[in-house]
Amino acid sequence: MIINHPLLGPRDAAEFTYLGDASLINRPDGMAENALPAFIDYGYLRDNVAGNHRELWFHEQGDRSWLVVTRHTLTHEIVKVELAADVARKEGRSK
Amino acid sequence: MTQTRRLSSGLINRQRPLNFEFDGKKFSGYQGDTLASALLANGVQLMGRSFKYHRPRGPFTSGSEEPNAIVELREGARKEPNTRATTIELYDDLIAKSQNRWPSLGFDMMAVNDLFSNFLTAGFYYKTFMWPAAFWEKLYEPIIRRAAGLGSASLEADPDCYDKGFLHCDLLIIGAGAAGLAAALVTGRAGLDVILADEDFLIGGRLNQESFSIDDQAGSAFAASTYEELASLPNVKIMKRTTVVGAFDHGIYGLVERVADHLKVPADGQPRQRLWRVYSQSALLCAGATERPIAFENNDRPGIMLAGAMRAYANRWATAVGDRIAIFANNDDAHRTAHDLHRLGVEIAAVIDSRPEAPTSAHFEVLPASEVVNTHGRLGINSIDVKTPQGLRQLQVNGLGVSGGWNPNIHLTCHQRGRPQWDPVISAFVPSADLPKSLLVAGAANGKMTTAAAMQDAVTMAMKIAKDLGHKPKSLKVPKTSDESVSVTPFWYVTGTQRGWVDQQNDVTVKDIKLAHQENFRSVEHLKRYTTLGMATDQGKTSNVLGLAIMAQTAGQSIPETGTTIYRPPYSPTAIGVFAGRSRDKDFRPVRKTPSHKWAEEQGAVFVEVGMWYRAQWFPRAGETHWRQSVDREVKTTRESVGICDVTTLGKIDVQGADAAAFLNKVYCNGFAKLDVGKTRYGLMLREDGIAMDDGTAARLAEDHFVVTTTTANAVSVYRHMEFVRQVLSPDMDVQLISTTESWAQYAVAGPNARNLLRKIVDAEFDISNEAFPFMACGAITVCGGLRARLFRISFSGELAYEIAVPTRYGDAMFRALVEAGEEFGGCAYGSEALGVMRIEKGHAAGNELNGTTTALNLGMGRIVSTRKDSIGAVLSRREGLSKDDALKLVGFKPCRASDQVPAGSHLMTKGSPIDAKHDQGYVTSACYSPTLGHHIAIGFLKSGDKRLGETVRLVSPLTNIEHDVEVVSAHFVDPEGDKLRV
Repeated sequence: MIINHPLLGPRDAAEFTYLGDASLINRPDGMAENALPAFIDYGYLRDNVAGNHRELWFHEQGDRSWLVVTRHTLTHEIVKVELAADVARKEGRSK
Repeated sequence: MTQTRRLSSGLINRQRPLNFEFDGKKFSGYQGDTLASALLANGVQLMGRSFKYHRPRGPFTSGSEEPNAIVELREGARKEPNTRATTIELYDDLIAKSQNRWPSLGFDMMAVNDLFSNFLTAGFYYKTFMWPAAFWEKLYEPIIRRAAGLGSASLEADPDCYDKGFLHCDLLIIGAGAAGLAAALVTGRAGLDVILADEDFLIGGRLNQESFSIDDQAGSAFAASTYEELASLPNVKIMKRTTVVGAFDHGIYGLVERVADHLKVPADGQPRQRLWRVYSQSALLCAGATERPIAFENNDRPGIMLAGAMRAYANRWATAVGDRIAIFANNDDAHRTAHDLHRLGVEIAAVIDSRPEAPTSAHFEVLPASEVVNTHGRLGINSIDVKTPQGLRQLQVNGLGVSGGWNPNIHLTCHQRGRPQWDPVISAFVPSADLPKSLLVAGAANGKMTTAAAMQDAVTMAMKIAKDLGHKPKSLKVPKTSDESVSVTPFWYVTGTQRGWVDQQNDVTVKDIKLAHQENFRSVEHLKRYTTLGMATDQGKTSNVLGLAIMAQTAGQSIPETGTTIYRPPYSPTAIGVFAGRSRDKDFRPVRKTPSHKWAEEQGAVFVEVGMWYRAQWFPRAGETHWRQSVDREVKTTRESVGICDVTTLGKIDVQGADAAAFLNKVYCNGFAKLDVGKTRYGLMLREDGIAMDDGTAARLAEDHFVVTTTTANAVSVYRHMEFVRQVLSPDMDVQLISTTESWAQYAVAGPNARNLLRKIVDAEFDISNEAFPFMACGAITVCGGLRARLFRISFSGELAYEIAVPTRYGDAMFRALVEAGEEFGGCAYGSEALGVMRIEKGHAAGNELNGTTTALNLGMGRIVSTRKDSIGAVLSRREGLSKDDALKLVGFKPCRASDQVPAGSHLMTKGSPIDAKHDQGYVTSACYSPTLGHHIAIGFLKSGDKRLGETVRLVSPLTNIEHDVEVVSAHFVDPEGDKLRV
C-alpha cells in the first residue's frame, strides 16, 4: 500500500506502523464522574466497518507523524490522509 | 544418445552445443533449449511420475504452466526440487534427476498405487484411516508421505544470495508477446517510463512459437526487431526471465527476476534471483493465454501434450515430440500444429476433431465428429483408440497433441479478489470490469485470441494509458497477420471417461470430480478442496477450467452458474529465499553494539542478544570455568567495592518544552509535576487498559527539560506511545520529543566505592559529595578535563550507584577510563547477568514482571497510581477485576532446603491443596543464585502475597518434575530499607 503523507507525499506502507480506529482520538476525561464506563467504551468498543474506515498510522520509519488515514476496508483504497494532530484539534482536543 | 528428434530451423543456437545429465545419463542439446526440449529432442518423453498413482509422465506443456515434467535440478546444497523442466534454460553441465520414483523412473515400485486407485479417489484422506486416531500419526501419514511426494529438499543451507530492489514506472507491461510488444512500442515511443517484464528468456511470447508471419516477416523476426528498438529507448526497461508474481494494492507489483538460474553457478557476488517491488502508475496485463486439455481415458501418458506446446517444440526448439503424431481438438487453432509438423516433415496420423464441421486438409487425414476414447503404451504412448462416426479405429502414434481451447491468463486480475466472467464466444473466463485499480488487460489475456486482434487491443489500451498520463502517443498501425481462424466449440471430456486426467499433477480424474458431485461437494471451492483439483505446484493452470466445466456438466448447469475459484499470488512457484533477500543468518536483522563492545570483546566477554542489541553477559577471567563463577565474582565485587556496567541499551527520550512536566504527568501514572530541577524520579507507565507498560526514570535537567529512560526492549514502543499522547491526545501541549538512545553512552557505576571512583573522573569543580549530590540527584557535569557529561544518582543494583552519560563517540574511551579508575579499588566490569542477579536480590521489577498481564497493584505499587490527575491507564487500572482482594502481589521466595532451586516459570500451590490449574496461587517470574545470600532466590506473583510473608508454599513445575517447599518472603532480599543507596 501507499500512504500519501500530507507533508512528505506518497510513502510505502512499510514505513508505518498501524494502531487502529481513529476513535482513539476521543479519549474521555479521566477525572470525570462517569470515567470508568466511558473508558471501557473507549478501550474496547469499535465499529467493524465494511467501507471507509478512519484509522491511526504512525510514520515510524519517517517523520514520526501520527496520521489519520481513511481507508476503504474492502478495496484498500485510501481516500484521505490527515495529520492526526490537525484532526485531534478539529475534534476539540487541546492540552 | 544423439538428438534423433531434432527438426530443421528453430530458435536454438546450433553453434553452441551443451552437455547435460538426466538421471545419470549424458545428453546434449543447444543453447536456447529448455531441459524439456533438449530431452524431447533426444527422444526422451518420460520425465517424471505422478503424485499419487506414480503414473509415468512426460512434459504436457512448454511453459511455466507445466504439471508433469517436474524434476530435481542441480545437486548438493543447490538442489532444487519441483523445478519445471519446461522452464529450465539449458546450460553446460546441467544435472537433473526425476523425482517421486523408486528405484528408477522406468520401474517405479510405487506404481502399485495405480492398481489400488479405487481406494485413492477423491477425499480418500477424509474417508480412510479415520480410526484409530493414534494410527494416523504413527502409521498412515508416514506411509502416505513416503508414497506420495514431490521431490526432496537438500536440507543444506542455500549457498546463493538473493537481492531485493525497488523500481518506479509509468507503465508496467506484463508479458512481452505480440500484445505486450505492441503496447511497449506505443508507450515507449511516446516517452513513458516503461517496464516490460516476461518470464521467458526470449522476448516474443508465442511469436517465437508459431509459424505465421507478421507483415511478411516471421513472428520471431518481428519480435527480435521490436526488442531491438525497445532496447534502444532509454525510457524502456526490458526485464527477461522475470515473472510478475503478484498484483498488490495501489499499483505495486512483485517481480522475481531469475538473474543466474540459467548459469551453473552464479558469478562471484551475483545474486541468484532478485525480488523487485515495482511502483507503477499503471499496468497492462498482456500475459496471453494457456491451452487447456480434453479429458479422455488414459490421457496422461508421456507423448501426450497440449497441441500448442507440441507446435512450440517444433517451431521454436526444432523438436518433434514423436515421429508419427495425431491431434485431438475441438478448435481450428490446433490444426496449425498438424500443418506446422507436416511442413517440418513429421508424419501426421490424423487430426481428430470433435466438431462435425472440422476444416479439411490436403496433407493429412481429418476425422470430424470423432473422439479419442483411449490410449495405450506403458512408459509412453504407442497407439490411440478413435471413435469415428464410421466406427472404432486404432492409430499407431508416438505423439498426441490435445487442445480443448485456450484460457486467457487472468491470474493477476484476481489478486485483489476480482471475479472473472465467462465469455461464451471463446468458451473461457475473461477479466471482468472488477480489476485492480490502474490495471488494464490486453490481447489474449483479454480474450482477443487472434494475433491481429490482440495487437489492436494492446494498441488501444496503450493509447489510453499514455493519454491518461498526459502524453501524446502516436497510434501504431497493426501489422497484418496470417492467423485468423480460432473457432472453438466447447468440448470438455469424452463420454464414458473414468480415468481421464483433469489435474495431472495432483492426479485428479473425471471420476473424482463426478464422485465429489455425487457426495455433494458441489461448490467449486468444495470441489477444489475435496479433490485437490488445482492445488498442486502448478495451481491448476491447465486444469481448473476443465475441472469446473466437468462439474457444471455433471450438475446440469452452466459454467457461470457453477462459478470459478480465483487466484492469489504468487503466479508461479517462487523460492522462499528471494522473499528473505539478504535478511538471513547474521544479516537477518541489524545488529546494535554498545559503545563498550570493543572493550568487552577484548576481555573475552560472552554476549547475549537483547532485541537487536548485543550485551556483554559476563566477563570470564582466567581460571573461571563456569559462568556462575564469573557472575558471582562480578556481583560480589560490586557489592563489596565497585562495578561498572554498560547500560546504554536502555531507551532514552529527551522531553523538552514549557509543558514537559505536564506531559510526563500524563504518561506516567505517578506524579511528576512537582519534581525539582536536578532530581530524578522512578516512573511507571500504564497502557490505557490499566496494565503496566514500562518503567524507567525521568531526570529533570531544567524546568522545561527532562530525560526519560525506558527499558531496552520497549524503547521503540514507548517512544511511539509518547508521540501518540503528544500528537493525538494533547496536540496543543508545548512539548517536543526525540529519541537519544544512540546519542549518549551510559554506564552504571555501583558499589561502596562508586563515589571514590567517580571522583577520579568527574572534574573537580563538580561536588559529588552525598550532601551536594544526594540519592536521586541529576545534573550536567564535565569529566576528564572538560568533556560534557550527565550524572544521575540512581541505582538498579541497590548499591550506592550512579549512571554517567557521555556523547556516544566518547563511549569507548569513557568505559576504559572508568575501568582503569576502578582498578585501585579492585573493581570490575559486570555484565547483564550480574545486573540481573542484583536487581532480583533487590526485588526490582523488570521485563519478566512487566509481562503484559500485571498492574501496578500486582507489582506492589498500587499506591503510586495517582488519583489526583488524569494519567494514561489510571481509570481502567481501578477496574474491579484488576483490584480484587486476592490479587497477585510481587513477593520473594527462598527454598526451604538450602540446596533447592526456585526456577522461573514454576507455579505455586497452597500446601496440601491439589496440584492443578484450579488451585493455582501464582507463579515465579525471575530466579537466580544469590552470591550475597548464598542460596537460590526468586521473585514472582502470589495471590495476596503481601499478606502471606513467612508462609510455606508448594513450588511445582510438572514439566521438569520439580516439586518442593519454598518460603514466601519480601522481594527485597538485600538492604530492604535502602540504606546503602543513601550513604
